[in-house]
Amino acid sequence: MKIDTRRTLLSFFAELVVYSALIVAYFFLVLHFLGNWLEHLSKENIKLYAVVAIGLIIGQAVLLEWVTTFLFRLLRGRSE
Amino acid sequence: MIFLAMHFPISGTDISPIYLVIVGFLIGVLGGFFGVGGSFIAGPALRAIGMHWNFAVGTDLAHIVGKSVVAAKRHRALGNVDLRLGFIMATGTIGGAECGAQLIQFLKRQGNVDFVVSIVSIIIYSSISLFMMWESSRTVRSQKRKGTVKKNEVLKGRHAKDESSFAGLTNFMHRIPIWPVISLPTSGVKAISLWVIVIVSFIGGLFSGFLGGGAGYIRMPMMVYILGIPTHLAVGTDLFEIVISASYGTFSHAVKGNVDILVALVMHTGAAIGAQIGAILTQYFAGPKIRLLFVPLPLIGVAIVTYTLVTGHKL
Repeated sequence: MKIDTRRTLLSFFAELVVYSALIVAYFFLVLHFLGNWLEHLSKENIKLYAVVAIGLIIGQAVLLEWVTTFLFRLLRGRSE
Repeated sequence: MIFLAMHFPISGTDISPIYLVIVGFLIGVLGGFFGVGGSFIAGPALRAIGMHWNFAVGTDLAHIVGKSVVAAKRHRALGNVDLRLGFIMATGTIGGAECGAQLIQFLKRQGNVDFVVSIVSIIIYSSISLFMMWESSRTVRSQKRKGTVKKNEVLKGRHAKDESSFAGLTNFMHRIPIWPVISLPTSGVKAISLWVIVIVSFIGGLFSGFLGGGAGYIRMPMMVYILGIPTHLAVGTDLFEIVISASYGTFSHAVKGNVDILVALVMHTGAAIGAQIGAILTQYFAGPKIRLLFVPLPLIGVAIVTYTLVTGHKL
C-alpha cells in the first residue's frame, strides 16, 4: 500500500514538473504573440473579441485536457 | 505582492502569473470535486490583487468556461451527468445571467459596483456556508444513528445512499402540479414541474451574472435540496450546465468590456490539471460528506472580500 502511494505521489510530482515546463513555454507564446493583438481587438471590435475570447478558452481547455490526460497515461503507465 | 507581477493590458492590472496559476489550480481541484465554478474564491482573489469587480466577475466567468469543459467531460465519463436536466437548466440560467450582468452595468454607471457587490457576496457566501453546515452535519448524524452508511459505501461514495434533511421540501416541490410536468429518469426524479427547474436555474443565473462564476455555490445546493437530484449527479450536471451558461455569460460580459481573456487563459492553465484531480476524488466520498466538506469554502471568499473592503488594501 505504501509503495503504491509512493508511486502515485512520484508520478504526480513528475506530471507537475513536466506540466509546469509546458506551461511556462506556453505563457511566453500566448502572452507574446496574442497580448497586443487581443488588446487591440478589445478596443476596435468588442463583439469579435468576445467570440475570440470564448474560442480561445475552450480551445485551450481541450488542448490542456489532452496534454494532462496524455501525461497521466504516460507517467502512470510507466510507474505501475 | 510576493511574486513578480506582469502587466495585463486589457484590464490594465499588474498581476503575478504564478499567483494566477496557483489560484487556478486550487479552484480547479475544488471545482472538479464540488461541481462549483469556484467564483467565491476566484472573484475575491482577483479583487484582492487590485482588479475591479466588473473585470473580476467577467474574467472569472471566462476562466470557468475552460475549467468546466474539462471537469464536465470527466464527470460524463463517470456517469454523473443528466443531459436532459442540464439543457433545461441552461435556458433558465442564461436568462438569469443576463439580468445579473445588466445589474452589474447599472451599478458600474452609478459608480458603486465594488462596494455593493462586496456586501452582497459577503451575505450570500456566509448564508450558504452556514446553511450547508447545518444541513449536512444533521444528515451525517442522522445516517450514523440509523446506521445507513456502511463501511463499503463510504469507500465507494457515489454508490452510497444520498440522503438529505430536506426530503420534505423536495417531495413538496415534486408534487407542484404546474404544467408541463416532466420526468428525469437519469436523476431518479419521477415527476417535477418544468417551471420549478427553470426558476431554480434562473436564480442561479442571476447570481452568476451578478457575483461572477457559474454560481454553483447556490445552484448545487438548490439542485440537491429543491429538485432532489443525488449529489454526485448534481455536481456533474451543474458543471455541464455551467459550460453552456458561462459561455453565454462570458460573451455578455466581454461585449460590455468586462473580460481580460489573458488573465483567464493564465488562470486556466492551473485549473486544467486541478479539475481532473478533483473529479477523480469524488469517487471516494458519500454525498453528505461532500456537502460538509464544501462548508468552509465560501467562508474563505468572505474573509478575502471583508479584508479588501475593510482595509482597502490589496493582498
